[in-house]
Amino acid sequence: MADVQLPVAIVVATLRAATPLTLAGFGELVTERAGVLNLGVEGMMLVGAAFGFMATVASGSLLIGFLAAMIAGAALALVFGVLTLSLMANQVATGLALTIFGIGFSALVGVKFVGMPLGGLATALWPHLAAAPPLLQQFMLLDPVVWLALLLPFAVHRFIYRTRAGLVLRAVGESHDVAHALGYSVLRIRYLAVLFGGAMSGLAGAYLSLAYTPMWTENMVAGRGWIALALVVFSTWKPAWLALGALLFGLVTIAQFQAEALGVAIPPNLLAMLPYLATVGVLVLISRDATRLKLNAPAALGRPFHATA
Amino acid sequence: MDAPAPPPRLALAGITKSYAAVVANRDVSLAIGPGEIHALLGENGAGKSTLVKIIYGVVQPDTGAIAWEGKSVAISGPNAARALGIGMVFQHFSLFESLTVAENIALGLGARESIGELTARIEEVARRYGLAVTPSRHVHHLSVGERQRVEIVRCLLQSPRLLIMDEPTSVLTPQEAAGLFDVLRKLAREGCSILYISHKLEEIRALCERATVLRGGRVVGECDPRRASEQEMAEMMIGGALPVAHRPAPLHEGRICLIVDRLSLPADEPFGTSLAEISLTLRDGEILGIAGVAGNGQKELLAVLAGERLAPDAASVRVADVPAGRLGPAARRRLGLAFIPEERLGRGAVAEFPLSENALLTAYQHGLVRAGMIRFAAVEAYARDIIARFRVVAAGTGASGSSLSGGNMQKFIVGREVGTKPRVLLAAHPTWGVDIGAALAIRQALMDLAASGSGVLLVSEDLAEIFEIADYIAVLSGGRLSPPRRTGETTVEEVGLLMGGRMAPAVPVAALHGAVDAA
Repeated sequence: MADVQLPVAIVVATLRAATPLTLAGFGELVTERAGVLNLGVEGMMLVGAAFGFMATVASGSLLIGFLAAMIAGAALALVFGVLTLSLMANQVATGLALTIFGIGFSALVGVKFVGMPLGGLATALWPHLAAAPPLLQQFMLLDPVVWLALLLPFAVHRFIYRTRAGLVLRAVGESHDVAHALGYSVLRIRYLAVLFGGAMSGLAGAYLSLAYTPMWTENMVAGRGWIALALVVFSTWKPAWLALGALLFGLVTIAQFQAEALGVAIPPNLLAMLPYLATVGVLVLISRDATRLKLNAPAALGRPFHATA
Repeated sequence: MDAPAPPPRLALAGITKSYAAVVANRDVSLAIGPGEIHALLGENGAGKSTLVKIIYGVVQPDTGAIAWEGKSVAISGPNAARALGIGMVFQHFSLFESLTVAENIALGLGARESIGELTARIEEVARRYGLAVTPSRHVHHLSVGERQRVEIVRCLLQSPRLLIMDEPTSVLTPQEAAGLFDVLRKLAREGCSILYISHKLEEIRALCERATVLRGGRVVGECDPRRASEQEMAEMMIGGALPVAHRPAPLHEGRICLIVDRLSLPADEPFGTSLAEISLTLRDGEILGIAGVAGNGQKELLAVLAGERLAPDAASVRVADVPAGRLGPAARRRLGLAFIPEERLGRGAVAEFPLSENALLTAYQHGLVRAGMIRFAAVEAYARDIIARFRVVAAGTGASGSSLSGGNMQKFIVGREVGTKPRVLLAAHPTWGVDIGAALAIRQALMDLAASGSGVLLVSEDLAEIFEIADYIAVLSGGRLSPPRRTGETTVEEVGLLMGGRMAPAVPVAALHGAVDAA
């Protein structure tokens, strides 16, 4: 029994640590496949985390909390969409501003909730979690959001490569002028993609504040939004590699905790850097083939679209 | 056979469209019968594109009526046009590079059928019309001719009753163009009307039954191109007598001013072409024409000759006997190499700058700068001189680059480079998209420059142009350059075959010398 317990615990912990990256990453993947570069992932995650926590406290329902987080993330993404798609503001600058805004705004609205205790998703689903046998306890920790994150890569892959809507999405990201000439509504498709990205980022943030470490603290996303962004680029916009990148990040995060627990003589700050460093390092190595990178990159990424007759 | 004459497939009456101050179409009327191949003829800016956009629903006319098979219609957008049965093959292809042929066609059809079903239909239509396409291939692997076939198949799958072809042969080899004509004739026999837009008169004479000529947005004439002479049609297009270019007698055996010696270079972008063992020599007073369909390495060759990309070793490009392969563009200009790039605005000139400053950009080494200070009077004079000599239509030397039409901007750029009296001039598609008058002026300038003792390397897709002004012709295909032939001793057919990729292996420069001298 004991010999299975550690591997199972590591797998479960890895999946849990990877979940927010998978959610936010696949949201951004869809956004970027439509040709929009939204650098506001970190900000949208933070706002999702704050609003998810607040809505849960206010309503007593985790479901309402997660929904509120998705709406909050999508609302912020809508602001981004109006600025960059309708008003054609620069996407990079707007995305950065969105992140800065999200950091400040979530800290402002969440200030009264800092340190407030909350049961969290697993305890809400399984009230007897603490009393369960250790192995069963591990499976209980695999909550519905983790399962969603496990299914999401397959769903997005299928959507992008096997459905007509996915084909149109790729077409818009490849050349908005041609898509427009063929009669597709570029802006509508991009708005939908941006909103999906925002909702997924909000959900990812809420997973952190409602399930992973059920509490709200200022800036608790701690750069995961940036890592999700980097994963999308380094995975060369391919769903399979993005999913692997997120899992890798989760695994190294867990390895770092294990190392800390074992008292490895490495400064904790260096250890905390490790997941970020390892993920970026590995993916840079994978994607160093510039030709392949260019071939898969949505050619219209970051370029504003203005319909000219 | 005694049935009353059917109404025209499409009839335009009194179409007028203006943009701000410019009237693009004024009172244009036009009728195309069922199964008719109708040519729309005119120079750039004559209003052809606007008229086509109106027919395809991209642009709405200010006034005028459109009738489709006798019934008055309003074409609100491309989808409405397609619903009527109007198909269009664009001049610049509307294909997505990273998608497959079948996916591209699916996007254009808007039909809800699976890729599998669509693939079967594509293969069927392709077989029926003899259009070779492979549905599962990615578009970025395809040649321009194959891409056009994909566009045509896409139109045919919608069973069009009017097919609009916008300058379809501008990117094809002569053989590919002949194949296209066969397909169009077959379509017309089956009852599909075709509106064929071009300024290539010989094609229109070979293909079309009727021609409408536009000039300055108005219909200036109609004719039967099979009966009218090219001269007549050209004069209708430009509204005056056609000036004739003349080639001054070439100098004998000039000194070598440019050598490229077994230059190989990998492509630097995903859809680029690698150069393989390119060798050429250019002598003073000589025009060497490099023919070939764009995308066969022209861009890469020009970049490495102009210095925008560096050659692997210095000796593989020699300008005026100096190894220049590792020198940048400015250093090569100091050796006497001038360059007319393909893109006028953005590479040849800065759109926001006035003409005088645009002149300064490359001609600064020719007395326009002293001790690091700009001599404004000299710059003004230089720009004024170009405008006068090349009859550039512009509001003076202060006019910004973007305010000029493409042809006038190109004349200015050619004037600027020729004015620096270069030893070697690289000219990339210098008359592309330029109207007949400007094209003649540009060709004349290149010939005069060669006559004054410079070497000119002319990269062009326009075979007629190369045959008209070049002394030697070589063909670039798939990144390989054929040995040069004297233009007088080769034929369009032979060059066309080379353009299609039938190529003898590359030869080293020494052997090449022999070949040239023997020729």
